[in-house]
Order: sequence, then structure tokens, then C-alpha cells
Amino acid sequence: MAKVISFLTATRGKGRLHWTDWVSYGYLCLGIFLMFGPVVWLVLSSFKTPNELDRFPPRFLPYAQETLEIEGYDSPLLAFVVTEGELAGQTVGQTRRAAGRAEVVVPANPSERIRLQADTLDPIEHIAFATENYTQLFERFNFLRFFWNSTFITVTATILMLLFNSMAAFALSKYEFRGRTTVLLMVIGTLMVPQTVVLVPLFLIVTELGMFNSLWGVIIPGAATPTGVFLLRQYMITIPDEILDAARMDKASEWKIFWRIILPLSAPAIAVLAILAIMWRWNDFLWPLIVLTRTENFTLQLALNSFQGELQTDWPSLLAMTVLTLLPIAAVFAFLQKYIATGIASTGGK
Amino acid sequence: MARIELRNARKSYGTVDVIKGIDLDIQQGDFCVFVGPSGCGKSTLLRMISGLEPITSGDIVIGGEVVNDIPAADRGLAMVFQSYALYPHMTVRQNLSFGLENINTPKSEIAAKVDDVAKMLQIEQLLDRRPKDLSGGQRQRVAIGRAVVREPRVFLFDEPLSNLDAELRVDMRGEITQLHSRLQNTMIYVTHDQVEAMTMADKIAVLRAGELEQFGRPLDLYNRPCNIFVAGFIGSPKMNFLKGRVSQDDPARLALETGETVQIPPTGFGQKPGAEVTLGIRPNHMTIAPDGPIHLTVKSVEQLGGEAYIYGVLQDGQSLTLHMPGQIGANIGEVLTLAPQSQEIHLFDTANGLSLREG
Repeated sequence: MAKVISFLTATRGKGRLHWTDWVSYGYLCLGIFLMFGPVVWLVLSSFKTPNELDRFPPRFLPYAQETLEIEGYDSPLLAFVVTEGELAGQTVGQTRRAAGRAEVVVPANPSERIRLQADTLDPIEHIAFATENYTQLFERFNFLRFFWNSTFITVTATILMLLFNSMAAFALSKYEFRGRTTVLLMVIGTLMVPQTVVLVPLFLIVTELGMFNSLWGVIIPGAATPTGVFLLRQYMITIPDEILDAARMDKASEWKIFWRIILPLSAPAIAVLAILAIMWRWNDFLWPLIVLTRTENFTLQLALNSFQGELQTDWPSLLAMTVLTLLPIAAVFAFLQKYIATGIASTGGK
Repeated sequence: MARIELRNARKSYGTVDVIKGIDLDIQQGDFCVFVGPSGCGKSTLLRMISGLEPITSGDIVIGGEVVNDIPAADRGLAMVFQSYALYPHMTVRQNLSFGLENINTPKSEIAAKVDDVAKMLQIEQLLDRRPKDLSGGQRQRVAIGRAVVREPRVFLFDEPLSNLDAELRVDMRGEITQLHSRLQNTMIYVTHDQVEAMTMADKIAVLRAGELEQFGRPLDLYNRPCNIFVAGFIGSPKMNFLKGRVSQDDPARLALETGETVQIPPTGFGQKPGAEVTLGIRPNHMTIAPDGPIHLTVKSVEQLGGEAYIYGVLQDGQSLTLHMPGQIGANIGEVLTLAPQSQEIHLFDTANGLSLREG
């Protein structure tokens, strides 16, 4: 902890701040604001009621207006403080409001209705988190279903991708065979074809194979990626051939060499690819949108999209689900981020 | 333990011939060293024997069985690599056990064998470390241990000591020799260092440009080199070569290019009158004599106390090395007269480099 503090408060000037300290801390603070501002705003907004979301100018924290239980009224009344006139300073409950005038009652005398100018009333508010935004995701929508779909697609597709890409990379980096360069060039060449170009043929193939409206229709077409093959190949090239020769002399089969030697030694590159794959799959929108049309197959991204109607948007649900969608990917990053630097540095990728 | 035979073994990469037909017979239990300058194909030859490199033609026979099409894993050999090639993600113990696991040895047996080998190579205290935490010499021991633990028929060493510092190299040299005398396995050892070859080998195979120049016992190679290349390669410092022409009327007289005349043995070499020959004489086979035929202008002197090296040039500018026991008072610029010891003279045909020695 002391280390962290001394790192965060490191300065160039001894005792007093050098001008470069001002510049660098200013720059870093700006960076933090730019990076985390939107996220913090999103999280706080996801706890706001629909009224609060519509409010202009917007407020940073979520607020809720207090209500009063008053005898003779079925539902609680919104609480206000009167600012002018003879009732100034008193707490009242509002019964009606129309055309700039409000009808209020004083809690002590519920039968007498008083008419006041609406702008003389000040709402009584407190900070409140509208957790119902989240609970209704589970009550009104099948959030767990979407979450499961997304998780299943992400996990399965990532595992398949790592497996196939690493096998292809192993072959392309460690075996001498005729046409190896051609294969590699073809693999890399597919990087130059935009996804939108192959969208229709890919869709036709997926439909033909009966994978339309199935999660596998999302998983399988992306199981081999040229980026992944290339990234892993570049890393595996750096593993000395003598180690593989030694393993061969140790009577290891080629399959065993792959599992016991190549994969553990490529761990940093595989971690990088895993992070990329998880992000790609979790955030993937276009392809699932095309393949999955039934609600029970929706991924989180598709579900988020469905909150956005043509005429109105369910902002509270949208924001709450966005936060929940962000959490897993943030967790993955937190756990795997230490591999990114080493992996990217040694693959020479990105 | 096994005898290894190579029968006209060849290796080509495309049109480039790397190994140009080698016949070799390594007896069971021999310590055979392949030696030669870098790029001579000695490592390739070793890899061909190991099975890591397929051969283009010819036969490799191990223990009476032609193994051309048998994969490396099934030839029953173990190899120690120049870069050690330890598995970096495994501990020393896992490194040693890996080969045994692959042949489904029971766990208790693996543990026992690994412990035995670790004790023999004095690496017991390193068993739980990873290769990156070991020094060069320790890594080398582990690499040897990994080969020993599998109890192979033949050990192959590919320049195993070239990454070690000089002192450690001498130590490890002794240990490998001891290992050989203890295990009595056939061992093939590749090196470019002729000192290693001379000190360790039962038999040396001198290779040059993919061809076997000479195969024999170290001292036979030293005493009776079959050509100029072997003569120059074996022995340190290098043998001196002086070109000349045999006298027309006396086969015991050799007129050197420097204009001097040297007495050579009249018999034992098949020199013909008037033939162009090269005289080879080792630096330690010359004496300083007042009436010696060779005049050497001293350029530098290295006094080591017990021995001395004198480097100089002949009258035609050719350099020559002299190695004398004891201490010598020679000054730079001084002219020494040298006489070769006639029984230590080697004669080679200048045209093709072959030794003229008879019998």
C-alpha cells in the first residue's frame, strides 16, 4: 500500500512541485476524467428513476422526492416545502398540479385543500438509488437467459478459438511443409476482406447447415481468426526448435509436444488472444443480430438493442443492463491484464 | 549400448549436398568425437543419427538394425543439446521425468531414477528449481541428467560445452569422460574444439565440408594424419607447413620455397624425385641448432615459464610457430636457425594434400 501511495505521489521536484509535475498530473487527471467520467455517469444514471433521467439540467447523483402519508388519501403524496406566502416554511403534500397551480394539503389538516402557485413549492428530495431498475431486469425480462447465452457463446467460442488457432499456429510456425508460406499468406490475406463483404455468403452457409437461430451459428463461424493465428504464430516462432527436438528425443508425441511444451510456453500470447477473444465475442453485435432472431436466443447485446424502440427507449433498463454487461469484461481484464503487457511486448503484435 | 554404422550416408538440401556420403563404424561402448571446423556438417551428421534429420540416401544402422525410417523417439538414443534445450516451464525434476513419463514408467520408479541421477550428477538440491534459476554449468548437468535418466543405448552430445566458460568446460569435460567410463555406453560427441576431441575420445572422426577426412584413435590422428587438413586441425598449436620440391638426384633432400634445403627421411614416404611436396612439422618438433637449415626471424615470444612459444617469419614471409619446453632467451628481430627432428617430419603431396607416408 505504501508503495502504491509513493508511486501515485511521485514527483520530479524534491519538496516542491516542478512544472513538469503540474503538467503530468494535469494530463493524468484529464485522462482519468475522460476514461472514467462516462463510466461513472453511466453507473449513477442506471440508479436514476425515469423522471430523474428526463430532468434538465441533469444532476450528478440520483435523487428521489420524499412522500407523505396523509390520512384520507389512498396513495402517498409528493412532499414540498412552501417558499412564499403565509404557509412559508411548512411541509405540504401535493394532491394535484395543473397549469402552473398546485393543490396541496397540510399534513396536520388533511381536509383543507389549499391552492398555491406551483413555483412557490420546493420539492423535498434525498439521495436514493433506484435499485428497481436492476430488479425489474430479472422480473420483467429474462436477464439470466440473455446472460447465459452471452456467457455460453463467449466461453465456448473463446475455447474453440484458442484451440484451433494455436494448433494452426503450431503447424505454421514449427513444421516444414510444402506450401506453408502460401497457407500463411492466405490466412493473413483474409484479414483484408471486410466482414460485411462475407456477411451474406456466411449467412447462407450457416442457414444451410441448420445453425440459424442456434448459438452454434454464432460460435462456429468465428472459431478461427486470422489475427489469432498470426499472433500465436509470431510468438511460437520464438520458441527454440531445440526444445521440440529434445522433447522428440524424450519420446513425446507431436500431440504431447503441443500440449506439454508449446501451449505452456505460449501462455502469454494465448492470454492476450483470450482477452481479445472474450472482448470480441462478448461485445459482438452484428453477427448475432443476423443469426439470432428469437428472443430466447438473444445475447446481452441484442437484448440491450431491443430496449431501444422506434418511438421510445426504456432508459432505466437499458442503463442497468449496460452496467451489468460491462462487469464481466471488466473482471476479465482485471484478472488477465498482467499478461497483456508481457504478451503484447513479446508477440510484437498490435 | 549399441554399435553404430553409417553406410554411405548422405544429406542434401535441394541441390546442396551437406553430407557427401559418409561410412563410419562406431564400436559398442566407444566414445566417438566428431570434430571439424564450423559448417563441416558434424552437427547435421549427429542429427541424422538421432533421427531428427531425415537422411537423403544411404543407411544408418544402430545395433544391427537399419533405422532410416524409424522416428527419433524410437531409436533409443538420448541427446544433449548445445543450448541445453531444457523445458523452461518445468522444474528440474519435471525436466528429468518428462521422458520417463512418455514411456509410461510408474511414478515410484520415475522418482527413484530421478533421485539416482540427481545424486550422481550432484544436482539434488536443484530439483525444485526452474532452468532460468540455474547457472550454465548446472543447466548442463541437468541436460546430461535428462539424457542419462532414460538409460539410452547411445548418447549424443551436440557441442554441449561450447556455452560454458573455459574453467567449467575443463571440469565438465572430465565429468563426461567419467560418465562414459561408468556407464560404458556408446557416446557420440560433436565439437569444433580439437582439444576436447583429443582429451575425451576413444575414436575421432575428422569432418570437412560434409566428408569424412579421417577416423581413428586420437594419437593415430596426431602421429599419422592422412592429409594436410587433419594434420593442421589436430594438435595445438597448429602444425607448420613448408612447401618445397624434392631434389632430382637425392630423395632425402627437400628444397624449400625459401631457398633453404632440408634433410628428409629417404624412406617411409613415397616421395618421387622432383615432386612438389609439403613438409609438415609440429611446433614442438624443431630444435634450435647453430647449423639448422631453417632461418626464422622472431616476431613475438610468449614465455609461460614451463614452456615458450615463438612466432616468427621465414625468409619468404611465411609464418612459423615454435614451441619449446622451458624458458628461451630470444629477442624480437633475432634470427634463429632451426632443425626439424627428422623422425617427426610429415610429407604431403602439395597438389592433393594427401600424406605420402607409406604403410
